[in-house]
Amino acid sequence: MSDLLSLAADNLLSPIILSFVLGLLAALARSDLSIPEAVAKGMSIYLLFAIGFKGGASVAAYGLDARLGMSLLAGVLLSAALPFIAFGLLRVMTQMSRLDAAAVAAHYGSISIVTFVAATSVLEGRGIPSEGYMVAVAAAMEAPAILSALWLVSRGGEGARRMDNALLREIMLNGSIVLLIGAFVIGWATGEDGLAEISSFIVSPFKGVLCLFLLDMGLVAGRGLRGGGAILRPGVLAFGIAMPLVGASVGLAAGLMLGLLPGGVVLMMVLSASASYIAVPAAMRVALPEANPSLYLTLSLGVTFPFNLTVGIPLYVAVALAVTGG
Amino acid sequence: MQTHRAKRVEITIETVMQSRLTDALEKAGVTGYSVLPVLGGSGRSGAWTRAGQVSRGQGMVQIICIIQEDRLEALLDAAFAVVERHIGVVSVVDCDVLRAERF
Repeated sequence: MSDLLSLAADNLLSPIILSFVLGLLAALARSDLSIPEAVAKGMSIYLLFAIGFKGGASVAAYGLDARLGMSLLAGVLLSAALPFIAFGLLRVMTQMSRLDAAAVAAHYGSISIVTFVAATSVLEGRGIPSEGYMVAVAAAMEAPAILSALWLVSRGGEGARRMDNALLREIMLNGSIVLLIGAFVIGWATGEDGLAEISSFIVSPFKGVLCLFLLDMGLVAGRGLRGGGAILRPGVLAFGIAMPLVGASVGLAAGLMLGLLPGGVVLMMVLSASASYIAVPAAMRVALPEANPSLYLTLSLGVTFPFNLTVGIPLYVAVALAVTGG
Repeated sequence: MQTHRAKRVEITIETVMQSRLTDALEKAGVTGYSVLPVLGGSGRSGAWTRAGQVSRGQGMVQIICIIQEDRLEALLDAAFAVVERHIGVVSVVDCDVLRAERF
């Protein structure tokens, strides 16, 4: 227990989390602090490239094992299955309509790459080993949840016309996935030499850029909470905290079954616990425009994201280390 | 100076629908249009701003095109088929242009 508290305290007092909290408080206090849209976009491109490249270089250094294929498959299955759990919980815990519940559920089957990046940073800081290919698992988990949610809607008699080729292409080839996988492949192909060549760009400044990006995410989360506070009824709020814990438990089981390294188990838990706020909202606006965007954005960005960042990650690290003996 | 009557159509729509709408307009024979970012505003869903948006799922753009009056109906049919289910505003106003052959 004291280890868990110490880990939580270390995490809460890290520059990354404190930057996020600064943004959150600034937005809640209605400060005019803002990060220009183009800068935020640039930082997200940098982070995706850096995390993909480092993952690829790590795979090149330590090699692949038979678990890669199984991990990717597990990621796809988790992403496809978690929306059903989320949908069931939402229907029990809240008064949400079928359409809104399916849209929210899609977010909880998909992943938050920023939470993944923050968790990777915590693991690196603590010297906890993880599989480099977990980046590829993250990319594989972005899209299946969207298909599950659309199926849930179609089961209610709607949605047959909601999926078209253009949407499918947008989901499978969205910028984040292309950049993450592309950087992973470049890192894999160029290996440690490639990493050494550009390390002054993608390794040293990484945490500083992550701090600034999380400052912006704090601002976004704070604004979301301010604007969407009215929809956070007790049941909805409880779902936003319970679902990541459920997801993390499923991710823990998957990570253990796959025999991942302790850090890999943590990352599988983080991926299963996090909720999308980039790829899925865009897909939902196209496919389910009648669903209420404030519901899913406030939940994923205003509740689950801060929860995972402040409480979830240290909890998942502690649990994974305790279970794996790492 | 000689001017010619034309119709100016302004469609304010969610960013995610931009390419679908421009594709539909092009299929309807409208090849000239401008796309402008919308910085923020207020509507039935309340006030919103482009600042700090992390997803392409948020935000609006405005597509403006100027056409000859006899092509208006086809344009509106194409546009409405795309925007019908989505947040957005379609407006049509009369305007005058200098070079009619360009529209």
